[in-house]
Amino acid sequence: MDEQLVKENPLILLQGVSKCYGNAAVLHDINLQVKAGECIVLLGHNGAGKTTLIKLLLGLTRPTDGTVEVLGKDPTFNSSVARHKALGYLPESVAFYDAMTGREVLRFYARLKTVSNNECEKLLKLVGLDDAASRKVGAYSKGMRQRLGLAQAMLGDPQLLFLDEPTTGLDPLLRQHFYELIDRLHQQGATSIISSHALNEVEARASRFIMMKSGMVVARGTLDELYKQAALPVRINIGVTPGEAATVAERFNADVSISRVNNASLSLACLEGEKMHLIRYICSLGDEIKDMQIVPPRLDELYSHFMCRDSL
Amino acid sequence: MKMLWILALKELRDGLRNRWVAAAILLLGSLALALSLLGSAPTGSVNASKLDVTVISLASLSVYLIPLIALMLSFDAMVSEFERGTMMLLLTYPVTRWQVVMGKFLGHLLILFIAILAGYGSALLILMYISGGDTEGWQAYVMMMLSSLMLGAVFIALGYIISVYVKERASAAGAAIGVWLMFVVMYDLILFAVLLMDEQQLMSQQLLSVLMLISPTDSYRILNLSLFEGVSQASGIAGIVSQAGISVVTLWVVMLAWVVFPLGATLLMFQRREL
Repeated sequence: MDEQLVKENPLILLQGVSKCYGNAAVLHDINLQVKAGECIVLLGHNGAGKTTLIKLLLGLTRPTDGTVEVLGKDPTFNSSVARHKALGYLPESVAFYDAMTGREVLRFYARLKTVSNNECEKLLKLVGLDDAASRKVGAYSKGMRQRLGLAQAMLGDPQLLFLDEPTTGLDPLLRQHFYELIDRLHQQGATSIISSHALNEVEARASRFIMMKSGMVVARGTLDELYKQAALPVRINIGVTPGEAATVAERFNADVSISRVNNASLSLACLEGEKMHLIRYICSLGDEIKDMQIVPPRLDELYSHFMCRDSL
Repeated sequence: MKMLWILALKELRDGLRNRWVAAAILLLGSLALALSLLGSAPTGSVNASKLDVTVISLASLSVYLIPLIALMLSFDAMVSEFERGTMMLLLTYPVTRWQVVMGKFLGHLLILFIAILAGYGSALLILMYISGGDTEGWQAYVMMMLSSLMLGAVFIALGYIISVYVKERASAAGAAIGVWLMFVVMYDLILFAVLLMDEQQLMSQQLLSVLMLISPTDSYRILNLSLFEGVSQASGIAGIVSQAGISVVTLWVVMLAWVVFPLGATLLMFQRREL
């Protein structure tokens, strides 16, 4: 009965949600639907309202206006405690009880979710903390704390994961490991909401992006949709016979912007719609073209496009 | 219920880990023992048992000490978790806010219970052993232990109000000292001063009784100093309470109210708080 409900209805439903602290509006008219299995990435500067949005979804704060539904119920305060069993949360710069050991911390949280000690050991191993499990959390490094944070978020195989800037303070190797763990949860059917600054890491994982700026959603959609909305130029890098760069550059029309010229290579930019036309033209240029690379716009370009659009 | 127990046990473990429990046992035990061994010297001519005298001296000391210990346990219970951010994480687990407060309360009460039982209890056993099995007056002693626990509960609950109200841990510490001074020292001093200035005796006996009764520390004093005949003779203030007609039950109810209302206020404030 319950499972069916979840399948048919969105896991998360936000309608016209606003949040003010005093006079300051932190969120403004947010609408959002999340279906099971999605991986939503929240993007935005610090203070854009990402963390507040996650807190609203966790029921830690109440919306000033609008309705929030998580797993079919209002998440605020005590009204849906039983459902919190299906949630996992990794706060931004997570803090634990410093005097306890890693194992004690995890077991304490596990008991609250009625997860066995056995499961705790497995999770400790999974996040690579099994050697440090009997050390005090106060002596943990930032990365270890973050891993313990992920372990506690994964307790009881949550349906819905909230990860608030999960990879800050992790070294590249750990980051990769970290995302492997999250991917594994996704394969088990988990739904997640990740807020992040690390655009390139989340690019491949997100099913949808939500870009926020001072409490408002400025853009949303899949990567493709965002590219279409942004209409950012595609970059084509070509390599030419050394010394010929300047002469080749002269053979392009004025509407192709040539953004980088050196001795042996050129970088051209054109709109998506003119891309094929340009490529054909480049190919017709003959032997002088030694190499060609097509570089689609990256997520960080998209990001700065949407973030700076209004202020320009 | 299970959640309450998990949360309470965590507090208890914290108390054991940071040697809180051990320190409190040591403090209460050595005080009880010292007072009873020293204090029993002048009892020769008075018709009061050793234990009764010990109850008087212990109760008059506990009235300062127990609130202090209780406040030290509780003053940062909530605010330190708000500050660190652990409360935020905890509340995303399947626990309600009242379970968090009551779980902490249960845990802190347990710590105090262990400290009082082990500290005062061991002193009682030693005293009985020294006096060659003379157990006269043990009821008053046990009652003193129980009411000490109740007094502790009052100040744990008062500490929670502070810890849920303030923004920073440092101001909680200041407020706790203030609460201790007000309830334990100032209230009686002010009452005393008013009595002294009241030359026309405007203040009736009844009003005085009520004023004393509404203070949890005075209730505790009256309960212990005049409850048992032996004790009240030795303490010499038997008259006050018997004349005012304050029953033992009333005294317990007053103290209970001082637990229930602060806890309720704490819950209310916590319930409204956004993290």
